[in-house]
Formats: sequence, structure tokens, C-alpha cells
Amino acid sequence: MEHLISLFVRAVFIENMALSFFLGMCSFIAISKKVETAISLGIAVVVVQTITVPANNLMYTYLLRDGALAWAGLPDVDLSYLGLLSYIGLIASIVQILEMLLDKYLPSLYHALGIFLPLITVNCVILGGSLFMVERDYNFSESVVYGFGSGTGFALAISLLAAIREKLKYSDIPEGLRGLGITFITIGLMSLGFMSFSGVQL
Amino acid sequence: MSHPTMKEVLFNPVFANNPIALQILGICSALAVTSSLNTALVMSIALTLVTAFANLFISLIRVQIPSSIRMIVQMVIIASLVILVDQVLRAYAFNIAKQLSVFVGLIITNCIVMGRAEGFAMQNPPLLSFLDGVGNGLGYSAMLLLLGFVRELFGAGKLFGIDIIPLTKDGGWYEPNGLLLLPPSAFFLIGMIIWVLRQWKKNQVEPLVFAMAPQVSDKEGI
Repeated sequence: MEHLISLFVRAVFIENMALSFFLGMCSFIAISKKVETAISLGIAVVVVQTITVPANNLMYTYLLRDGALAWAGLPDVDLSYLGLLSYIGLIASIVQILEMLLDKYLPSLYHALGIFLPLITVNCVILGGSLFMVERDYNFSESVVYGFGSGTGFALAISLLAAIREKLKYSDIPEGLRGLGITFITIGLMSLGFMSFSGVQL
Repeated sequence: MSHPTMKEVLFNPVFANNPIALQILGICSALAVTSSLNTALVMSIALTLVTAFANLFISLIRVQIPSSIRMIVQMVIIASLVILVDQVLRAYAFNIAKQLSVFVGLIITNCIVMGRAEGFAMQNPPLLSFLDGVGNGLGYSAMLLLLGFVRELFGAGKLFGIDIIPLTKDGGWYEPNGLLLLPPSAFFLIGMIIWVLRQWKKNQVEPLVFAMAPQVSDKEGI
């Protein structure tokens, strides 16, 4: 249990997806102009990440890993080279199913999150989470915690950035830095702040 | 609509319409792999190849792809190319593949590749699309190599792992700036590059959302 909690804290703060691995930068910058939309995207990422990382974990353990097909009588088969294609396929189909389910059963939520769902398929955070899970050899419960934690970290970072950018609109910035330039420098400062968490011993 | 010429397609993305500095595409990997020039170079080559060939293949079958499933078709083509690159890197440059870790795989979700496939290759003939892929790859590479150059030279005093500036700890005169090897510096550097680029090409400056009111009375300053 303690191990899982420390994994969660590490995924949220110390190894923050956006600020220390630079993942999901495209949407991190494009969707952070307003706090409300940023929070919606953040929630959508948490939901999708919490579902896809464990799903990919199951697929990796029972289908792709070296010797994983032993239950089907094929102990010598190693399909791990198909990994990338399978992860992205699974992510795309889960997002598609989620979109249809939300549309059918929770239309209000669908209207709030709907436009972000297709965008999330090609978000590096989602695929990155699954790839890190495979690289670090997490088991199923670890992958659930890691998926939830890394999604939360991204949601936290994007909401904070949106809050800063809403204030930045009113400031007098040198011409060439306006918009994109100052956003990068702000993210740099945030990333510097988040680095202080790396001193935390877990 | 007239087709763009080959020269335009190849060189526009490098300066005038740089995918990283202007269209904010594909930044994820641009930042993470640039702390040394070696990984930046390998990543650039990998991405240029993937973009060029993904564009070529998608453009070849663009008439046959039904528009309702075009995303999945594009994704499969891109993912297969990335698997190819990944396997080649693992076979011939295992150390670099280890350093790049998940970032080779993340080329799949790199917005440049998807963006060019969807935005250019679906409407243009194969040869032109191929060149467009190479051009955008070069634009990405230019930015990546510039970042890698600055970060490795001033952060570690090396280029491609070879000593360039003698460090104080080896009896030289340069005290390396460790911050440049850490994540935040990449953000600062890209911010600076965008600043310089926009001072040079004024038409890229973004309009103000709220302009500051001009000072009307002397007392306001007090």
C-alpha cells in the first residue's frame, strides 16, 4: 500500500508528465487559454489515462510480452515488436467507445468533454503513459495507480498554467514575446518550481 | 488552386513556417531529447524519415482511403513506420535507443507527422508530399539541433560527447551551467528562439488581447 502511495505522489509531482517529461505539450499550450476548458481537458485526460494504462498493461502481459502466449500453447512467441501499433490501436478504440457511451448515457458530460476526446487519442501523455508502464515493468495494480497519478499530474499542470495565462493577458509584454513566447517562459518557471519536488525522498 | 512549387515545399517549413516555433507542433520530443546533440541528431533523422515516408505512402493511396476511417489508416501507416525505425535503432544503435527510451515510440503521436499527413498528403501528389515531409522534418531538425547545440555546449562543454570548452574541473576556464541540462532550460530556450524569430519576422507577432490604456495625466505615474 505504502509503495502504491509513493508511486502516486511520484507520478503527480516528481515525474510530472507535462513539466518534467514534456509530454502532451501540443494540447498543453493550445488548450490552456481559459481555466474552464483546461480543467475539462484535464479531467478527460485523467479518465482516459486511468482506463488505457491498465488496459494496455493487460494486453502486454497476456498477449505481447515474451512468452505471454503460453496460455494459448505458444510459449516461444514474442510479439513485443507489435507493441506500438497495438497500444495506439487500443487507445484509439477505447476513446471511440468512451465517446459513444458518454453520448448515449451522459449527454451533459459528453457536451463538456466531447470535443477533447478525439484530441486525446493523439495526445502524447496517453501513449507516453502506456510506454512508461511497459518500460518500467509495472504490474496491474501499479499501472492503475500510475495511470491515475500521471493523468492527475497533467490535469494539475494544465489548470495552473491556464490560471497564469488568464492573468498574463492583461500584462504589457515585449512585442515578439507576446502569446507563445511568454507562455514557454512561464512553463519553464513552472517546471523549475516542480523540480523542487525532486528533493522529496520516497 | 495552384500547386506550391517543390522549392517552396522543401524550404518554407525551415524558416518561414517552422513547425515547432510557429505552429507549436511536435514540441514534446523536441524538448526531451535535446540535452545532448547525439540524441537530438538521431531523433531528427528518425522523425524526418517517418514524416517523409508517411506522407509518401498516404499520398499514394489517398484516393482509395474512405474518409470516415482515414485517421485509423494514417495511424496504422505511421505506427508501422515508427516500429521499423525503432527496430533498426535497437539493432544498430542500442545505446542511443536506450537513451531515447519512449520518445521514439512517441513519434506516432507527434503532431507534425499526423498534421502533415492530414493537412498536406491527403490533397497532394506523392512526390510533392514526400518533399513536404522532408521539408517539415528539416524544420524540426533545425530547431532540435540548435537546441541540442546550445544545451550540450554550454551545459557540459561538449559537442557529440567530445570536449570543446575546457571545464574548470579538468583545469580549464569554463564553469558549466548545469541548468541547461535540466528540463526548464529547454522551455526558456524555445521561448527565446521564438522571441528572436518574431523580432525578425514581424508578421508572426500575435495581437494584444487587452491593450494598455495610454497614460493621460502626469499624476498617474506617482
